[in-house]
Amino acid sequence: MKAFLAILGRDLRLSLGSGGIGLPVVFFLLVATLYPFAVGPDGALLAKTGGGVLWVAALLAALLPIDRLIAPDAEAGVLDQYAVRGVGEEMIAAAKITAHWIGFGPPLMLAAIPASAMLRLDGETLAAVELGLLAGTPGLAALGVMVASLTAGLRRGGALAGLLMLPLAIPLIIFGAGSIGDFGGGALRFLAASSLFLVAVAPFAAGAGIRALRE
Amino acid sequence: MTASLAFSNLACVRGGRVLFKGLNATLGRGDALLLTGPNGVGKSSLLRLIAGLLPAYAGTLTFEGRLALSDENPALDPRLPLAKALGYWAGMDGTGPMAVSAALEALDMTRLAEVPVRLLSTGQRRRANLARVLASGADIWLLDEPGNGLDTASLALLERAIAAHRAKGGIVVVASHQPLGLLDAQTLALEAAE
Repeated sequence: MKAFLAILGRDLRLSLGSGGIGLPVVFFLLVATLYPFAVGPDGALLAKTGGGVLWVAALLAALLPIDRLIAPDAEAGVLDQYAVRGVGEEMIAAAKITAHWIGFGPPLMLAAIPASAMLRLDGETLAAVELGLLAGTPGLAALGVMVASLTAGLRRGGALAGLLMLPLAIPLIIFGAGSIGDFGGGALRFLAASSLFLVAVAPFAAGAGIRALRE
Repeated sequence: MTASLAFSNLACVRGGRVLFKGLNATLGRGDALLLTGPNGVGKSSLLRLIAGLLPAYAGTLTFEGRLALSDENPALDPRLPLAKALGYWAGMDGTGPMAVSAALEALDMTRLAEVPVRLLSTGQRRRANLARVLASGADIWLLDEPGNGLDTASLALLERAIAAHRAKGGIVVVASHQPLGLLDAQTLALEAAE
């Protein structure tokens, strides 16, 4: 537990220090700003499609910090030092997922408020987007760390990470965007379930990836 | 300290190639082992194997006590002041800031404590790497080419630190090209396996 908190604290400090939190938020807001320019100022159209655009923007924003998550620690020998101290790879992955989520989940939820104003979303839609982001971003964070650990040993791993991550994120984006117009809550439950599944699986997959990096 | 380290008939295979086989050593309190041999013969791999970072292909390895590894990777956050960067690992090892200042003192780096790691020179970074091992309070030190990039004065400090660690009952395993002043150390000469 001590190691978990130490790794969590270090990763949070690093993402704060390197502008890792600001970048996804700025990117997210930029997409929300550009979209009305691209489709025109038709309020009804914006309100109808805006929620889905926010989900695509959230997914792409989650991709941005991926090359910072594992590769620098692997190169600097930090992961080796954890291993020498007997810290389990799954524990490292779980701590990194938590830190990554704190670094982009809540900031995106905050950024969704001004973004929804630019896309003419009403309060009800905004509430659905926020609830969806709360349920879905942990899954995106888990996916990000998993893909980052699998591609950390490769050259140009960043580009490959996008190709790997986007297909795996399809359930999240379908149910995330689906949860907006769906007032029965079925899509939100599927979203939460896919997210939970990713959070449960990712530490083990990422842990195996980290172990494989040593070879 | 009740440190011990023993391996017998140890073999390592990397990329389908036998790096070494049939290595034996037994180390007790205060012992030192010097690994020698040409480049690429597996000295670093042996250290990583002892550290648990590589699997042994064959043979047995047992040790008692905590390990600390110093290889070519600094594992120190470049943006942090040196003392804080070392403090991260000392905190994880449960030794704390006192151990860090003692380690900096031992390697004559006290005045660099507030300097960010990224501004350190190559040799200073090398010493910082060794300071991480000193501050860990570990019983068994695994040092991979610790003398690389060190000036004569720093080399003497390193030798003194190793001697002090051994006097307390610690074990040191060193892979080195340079002659290090290790008193009655065992030597293991690695040869290229055919």
